[in-house]
Amino acid sequence: MFTETPIDRRKRLTENVMRIFLLVVTTVMIIPLLLIIGYLLYKAIPILSFEFLFSNPRDNMRAGGIWAPFLGTIYLVVVSLLVSAPIGVFAAVYLNEYARENWFTRITNLAVVNLAGVPSIVHALFGVGAFVLFAGLGESILAASLTLAIMTLPVIIASTTEALKAVPMAFREACWNLGATRWQTIRRIVIPNSISGILTGVILQVSRAAGETAPIMFTGAVFYKAIAEGNLFAYNITEQCMALSLHLFTISTQVPDVTEGTPHGTAIVLVGSVLLVNAAAIVLRVYLRTRKKW
Amino acid sequence: MNILRKKSTANLPFSETVIELFIRLCGFSCIIFVFGIFFFVFREGAGFLFNGLDIGQFLTSPEWYPTSLNNKRYGTFALILGTFSVTALAMCMAVPFGLGAAIFVSEFCSPKLRETFKIVIELLAAIPSVVWGFIGLTLMNQLIIQVFNAPIGLTMLNGSIMLALMSVPIIVSIAEDALKAVPDSYREAAEALGATRWQVVYRVLLPAAKNGLLAAVLLGAARSIGETMAVLMATGHSVNIPSGPLSWIRTLTATIAAELGEVARGDEHYQVLFIIGILLFTITFVVNLIADLVIKGIRQE
Repeated sequence: MFTETPIDRRKRLTENVMRIFLLVVTTVMIIPLLLIIGYLLYKAIPILSFEFLFSNPRDNMRAGGIWAPFLGTIYLVVVSLLVSAPIGVFAAVYLNEYARENWFTRITNLAVVNLAGVPSIVHALFGVGAFVLFAGLGESILAASLTLAIMTLPVIIASTTEALKAVPMAFREACWNLGATRWQTIRRIVIPNSISGILTGVILQVSRAAGETAPIMFTGAVFYKAIAEGNLFAYNITEQCMALSLHLFTISTQVPDVTEGTPHGTAIVLVGSVLLVNAAAIVLRVYLRTRKKW
Repeated sequence: MNILRKKSTANLPFSETVIELFIRLCGFSCIIFVFGIFFFVFREGAGFLFNGLDIGQFLTSPEWYPTSLNNKRYGTFALILGTFSVTALAMCMAVPFGLGAAIFVSEFCSPKLRETFKIVIELLAAIPSVVWGFIGLTLMNQLIIQVFNAPIGLTMLNGSIMLALMSVPIIVSIAEDALKAVPDSYREAAEALGATRWQVVYRVLLPAAKNGLLAAVLLGAARSIGETMAVLMATGHSVNIPSGPLSWIRTLTATIAAELGEVARGDEHYQVLFIIGILLFTITFVVNLIADLVIKGIRQE
């Protein structure tokens, strides 16, 4: 009674073919990730050492380590984080807890989406026009970090909004009914219950800011600058700094006869830090999901 | 959070008023920043834009000779073509992979496998653009030279492969959201009629989610148009009307990145670079706006 007709057979065949095809298409995306890390590691292994990380570039950047750019990237990331984390978190609090559903809120949301879509090089032009020239900061760590902060703001807003949305409405209502004001509710109930999600956003901001090149090229990052090795406070935020991403660009395109493996070493340190930071965000998210109370 | 809105209490303490004001200010800051970006980029380029630049020539002439001594010409046509051709080629590769992966992850996958794939895609999205550029410059360069027997591997093809890899994660995540937004009752109804998984996807989900999928493609394209470092390093960087996947090209973004460091402030050339910035801002703004309207369109249905 239920024997397979030719139509059924064709149906089953298409189903299986498509299932395998889509599996292959998806799996193919793992290859570039592994290939890149494998290739960089393979080329960089001979020169990777603590010495490489903690010594300055030498001989017109043809040899030596990456201490100055590495520390510069840390400065840029930390300063941009100090600016974008509070603004981003409070912007998300506004959008989620205060804003009414009207045209103005819609425009604000649209602005967030568009801010995320502005090309990084246009952010660089903005940084030059607004921070370097108009605000008179000059090319400095401060100007570059502010540019990065505005660029990465949507990352924090997006993950904070998601975290705040996950807090059940009943939590807020219970708190309001006890006579708490809106800000008290946010501070005592909403934010403590979404802090892990907010932290995930902050971590992602760090990884994004660390990898960007174009926005810092003309606002504060410089091709070469010698600093004291081993001194964590070697940079001044009103001065320029080197950065890992720009350093990778410089030694792979502008400097001839670089020691074999140095660019690959720089790239693997950059990719490695960014991926580690991202992995931390993923672990935090998984941990958070397992111990969610509601 | 609109259903039950707490009425603001009559006499809030002063500190609370200040904090509320600060929160509101942060909320509006994004609008201020978007306008600020347009304003400050415009401000640097406006002088030459209204006074001296031949806009017709700027948009349609392929002659980009900003440093010529006696006959400076600022035609960006070749750069615009470069940007759009490398993006188009990148999308030809990224769209099938991106949508295919989104369909697989959302419809065919076990939950465990789904988590794994999503983590891989997230890590792929995290790789900085300068590293993609470096891979294009070294690994992909060698590969293209060997496979196509080309003299130099830094071509449009190289750049678009890098761009495809960079925009696939965006396409996957937005397309997956779009597929997830289709109500389960659609799937159940189709399965009750005897449809296989693929028939459900092809006949029910794709038509139902087509707006979201379109938005995913648009946002992926916007990302490619705006990408700077990867195309700067991987496409050969020579002003050319593109003639095929193996030709050398230069894009709008790469031009700004390569030349802004070498011009004096207030120079014509300097101002033209800011005008290119306005052009880029406008293009990505329009694409993002369309994508947003397309997504909002679904919500209202």
